[in-house]
Amino acid sequence: MQEGAVLEMRGISKFFPGVKALQNVDFTLRSGEIHALMGENGAGKSTLIKVLTGVYEKDAGDIYIAGQNGAVSIRRPQDAQKWGISTVYQEITLCPNLTVAENMYIARTPGSFTSWKKMNAGAKRLLEELGIPAEPGRQLGDYSIAVQQMVAIARAVDMDCKVLILDEPTSSLDEQEVAKLFRLMRDLRAKGVGILFVTHFLDQVYEVCDRITVLRDGQLVGEYAIENLPRVQLVSKMLGKELDDMAAIKDDSAADQAASGAPVLEAQGLSSSDAVYPFDFSIRQGEVNGFTGLLGSGRSECVRAIFGADHVTGGHVRVNGKAAKIRKPLDAMKHGIGYLPEDRKRDGIVGDLSVRENIILALQVLQGPFKPISRAQAEKYADEYIRLLEIKTASSATPINQLSGGNQQKVILARWLLTNPQYLILDEPTRGIDIGTKTEIQKLVLKLAAQGKSCTFISSEIDEMLRTCSRLVVMRDRHVVGELTGDDLNQTKIMETIAGGEH
Amino acid sequence: MGTKIVRKDGRLQKRFVMSDSNVLLTITIVVFFAMYAAAIVFLGSGFRKPNSFCNILNENAGMIILSCGMSIVMITGGIDISVGMMTALITMTCAVNLDMHGGNIFTALLISLGIGLAFGLVQGYLVAYLDIQPFIVSLAGMFFAKGMTTIVNANPINIQNAAFIAAKDTHILLKGIGYMNKKGKFITAYVEPGVIVALVIVVLLFVLLKWTKLGRSFYAVGGNAASANMLGINVRRTKFLAHLLCSTLAGIGGFVYVLHLGSGSVTNGQGAEMNAIASSIIGGTMLTGGVGNIIGTLFGVLSLNTIKQIVASMNLTDPWWKDITVAAMICLFLVIQKIVLARKKTV
Amino acid sequence: MPKNALKPREKKAFASRLSWLVHQQLFIPLAALALLILFNLIGDSSFFSIYIRTNNSGNKVLGGNLISVINDGSELAILAIGMTLVTAASGGQDISVGANMAIAGSVIMRILCGSASVANQAQAPVIVAFLAACGVCMLFGAFNGILVAYLKLQPMVATLILFTAGRSIASWINHAQPMNLKDPVLSYFGTYIPGIPIPTPVFIAIACMIVAALVLKFTTIGLYAQSVGINASSSRLNGLNPALIKFLTYVILGLCVAVAGFVKVSRVSTINYSNFAIDIEMDAILAVALGGNALSGGKFSMPASILGAYTIQFLTTTLYKYKVPSTALPAYKAAVVVILVVLSAPTFQAKATKAWKKLTAKSGAKEAV
Repeated sequence: MQEGAVLEMRGISKFFPGVKALQNVDFTLRSGEIHALMGENGAGKSTLIKVLTGVYEKDAGDIYIAGQNGAVSIRRPQDAQKWGISTVYQEITLCPNLTVAENMYIARTPGSFTSWKKMNAGAKRLLEELGIPAEPGRQLGDYSIAVQQMVAIARAVDMDCKVLILDEPTSSLDEQEVAKLFRLMRDLRAKGVGILFVTHFLDQVYEVCDRITVLRDGQLVGEYAIENLPRVQLVSKMLGKELDDMAAIKDDSAADQAASGAPVLEAQGLSSSDAVYPFDFSIRQGEVNGFTGLLGSGRSECVRAIFGADHVTGGHVRVNGKAAKIRKPLDAMKHGIGYLPEDRKRDGIVGDLSVRENIILALQVLQGPFKPISRAQAEKYADEYIRLLEIKTASSATPINQLSGGNQQKVILARWLLTNPQYLILDEPTRGIDIGTKTEIQKLVLKLAAQGKSCTFISSEIDEMLRTCSRLVVMRDRHVVGELTGDDLNQTKIMETIAGGEH
Repeated sequence: MGTKIVRKDGRLQKRFVMSDSNVLLTITIVVFFAMYAAAIVFLGSGFRKPNSFCNILNENAGMIILSCGMSIVMITGGIDISVGMMTALITMTCAVNLDMHGGNIFTALLISLGIGLAFGLVQGYLVAYLDIQPFIVSLAGMFFAKGMTTIVNANPINIQNAAFIAAKDTHILLKGIGYMNKKGKFITAYVEPGVIVALVIVVLLFVLLKWTKLGRSFYAVGGNAASANMLGINVRRTKFLAHLLCSTLAGIGGFVYVLHLGSGSVTNGQGAEMNAIASSIIGGTMLTGGVGNIIGTLFGVLSLNTIKQIVASMNLTDPWWKDITVAAMICLFLVIQKIVLARKKTV
Repeated sequence: MPKNALKPREKKAFASRLSWLVHQQLFIPLAALALLILFNLIGDSSFFSIYIRTNNSGNKVLGGNLISVINDGSELAILAIGMTLVTAASGGQDISVGANMAIAGSVIMRILCGSASVANQAQAPVIVAFLAACGVCMLFGAFNGILVAYLKLQPMVATLILFTAGRSIASWINHAQPMNLKDPVLSYFGTYIPGIPIPTPVFIAIACMIVAALVLKFTTIGLYAQSVGINASSSRLNGLNPALIKFLTYVILGLCVAVAGFVKVSRVSTINYSNFAIDIEMDAILAVALGGNALSGGKFSMPASILGAYTIQFLTTTLYKYKVPSTALPAYKAAVVVILVVLSAPTFQAKATKAWKKLTAKSGAKEAV
């Protein structure tokens, strides 16, 4: 093993039917370092993590842990825990029906009996130390996802781990929570813990990491020290090609044209039961606008209200000038509106159904229950979009849950494009997606606009929205606080509008 | 349980917040006492006698044990619908052993435990290690037990074994508790030994679920099996032990049942599994797993049988009324569970 | 190498084709059926003989074990149709179908017998009785549907209610009297129409299957039920109404129950409330499971369920033939079912393939040496 390394993986390979998820990958993690693992979707990041944590069994290669002679065997999560490897996943892996304290200590205490007193006391101490707003005795399920995640991290931290794996921990956290997390990570680094940080947020990588390992198509591209790898180079290594200057994507002339188009949808005083305060909204033909604001400011809730996905409690809506009643998704669909939801797995894909069935689903619902789309026709549609959007799948009959995240997203996009909408709402279409597909999606949005369709684009990455939107609706605390166009479309102005108050 | 700080009328106040489990338990207990009190007030004489309450316990000692086992399996997110027919099988096998093979109480007990363990081992293995759905496995178990009962002996048996009958008729008198009958004689209330067994088991299981790692892992697995796995709990072993425990308890429950009934027949325990499920639901155990407690189940059994008694004493002898009320109670408690689960959560 | 051994490449092609076959959903019930057929043929080579016999009414009809199976399995096949849809869309099972069938039988007898408990002549046309049963059973199906779809109760728990109360309701309809119809008009539907040698239930079952096939082909209920069963949230955002679709599947099952109940009561023109269609819900659920459908909902294959239904009936008939007393029947069924379910369990198959590979690897190595 290398000097100072806590973990070494050599020649790791993992195969699934028809897919080489990992081929001969090496990875080294040193004590007291924060190491980013990066790559597009399908690059093999999550497979590597799962092999390391015992969720998958590797097909070839060895894993070495500091202090152990020879390779160690990791076949189940318990083995990983035994070697001092702790993981905090993007999805909460705690039990919401148990208390906070119990979640922190379960399966870790010696003996067969539980001492509630000790558990609660220990949990209280740890929660206060880390500044987590949770009470040891409360049911975990009573708290938001962000707090639940912090409890998960507290548990990992308390386990005296040598290797801490954080798999996309910041996706559901707001800025303050991210700052807390980073402070925690730096503390742990100082204590000699090796942290493996998986994320898609480039800013965060450059803020807190020491080294980067890049994977592409299941193979190792290289390991670099952060100071030796500027962003543009990182991105090009992840993509394996030179990148055009992404800032130059937007064509300003299109934006001018859009400003004079006919209004496609106008809403006044729209509110929903998901606690969105009444807001006004309008969008014109050929326009691309966006919703921005901090996490939890109500961006998704607004577009869901527009689509009728949540229980709409008030407001007037006009589509193409005529009054319209949009109380459920089908109403919106009949008016030519499509919606790509934020949570792909929960709201987007229908897992066991094939790619083909997922693509035709919305169109089928529009056609009604007595006009089934024939198998031959469905295959034609599916093949067309697989080709058009370059969806990587073995065939159109493959169950969609076997595709990578990015390709699943493309299938959902295909589904809505097939319905030929006049207005498409995309909520975080690029979250959890590799950079290559991100660019494709942004280019597609602009192309749609050029064809006269309207689009709402929501993203946590302001860069993306600046590149595609000609108007930004700014939200704070579930209120719409401003609308920015033209020259106001820059980072500073956006931040100011979000922050509000005295400058 | 815990506190939450809310802003009410501009001032910060601490509000006492209970977990789902505890809310459901409270509701169950309150409903039971309310029902019993109403029965005493409106239906008078019968219910006022402590002997009636003791009788409910005597009749249902076996059911209490069975329901506790069912609750445990439900807490882990599984189910076991074979316990009813297992009871029939146990009563028949014990009867045959006692009357035809010269057995005694101890051999009968051993047989009951043996059957319980055997079912538990097989069903537990199939569910936990081969990932077969508990409903199907226990459905097969139920069919198997039903068939085996008539294979063991085709006709019902009334147990004649003297020692057994002596044990069956043992009454543990509760000195001082009873009522004065019309002739002026004081009739002391009594419990049968089976009731003691049942109550001891309830206490032991309560301790198991609240204070042992195994018990807590039942809740964890029921709450989110994938998470429990990631947290390092051996999910397979936990599920296996839950089913094993449930079937073994069914074994004990079957023994207590035959001790009370004194006969073996294929109709014994018919529908017991549905009663056990109903009692668990009324007691606050959710079929989806992760929520439930033994005390609640105990009160669930008592509530279910109290309502049956109420119906009987209202001279509604048509079996239709009993079934309808039970169905209605299940309905009511399911709706309550839904409401509790849908409470607005904080933060 | 021996002369007729397959070359390695041919072996691989064969293995992969065998693997494809085993993974088809219809394989499980077909394999089970094949085993049963084989088992019976070995025991009695004339097991499948079909012969002409004279039935009680003096008509010439077909007889034989094969006819028995297809005849007796009619109710199960009809139930399997509805149960498959319910399982697919709501991820749970309806355990009240037996009790609901008792209600159907009760309603039919009531209408045909009028106010008496014994009637020599039908008091109303059979079609009226049948339609009434359909209405009543679909109403109860709707009751279950509301509990599951709109009150969001777990299917097994929700249907527990009708399961508990159903037979009492059936009994109450006729004031607990056993009812007896002496008019043969009803029996034509349950036994034989004079002059036709094939039992009528077979035709009724086939008619139901044809209707089911047409509905699946010309409406989108199949796709919708699967979509809703796999992911209700996504389905909603595609414009579907998951609650309505789940509700409809329960109503459809109610209709199936009415037809099955009609067939069953027509066989004997009398009704015993506590025994009528007892345990049939378990058989129906098993039929769906044996057909390789996931009991947790989602994708389904209707032909597989129907095949599963007849397989279970075949099992029952086989056991009867070997003089297994009807009370002991459940034990044998259980054992067979466990074996079948274990064999089709993915975890078991994975363990078995691993063990097999180890075994053949060892012997392969031996050969090379």
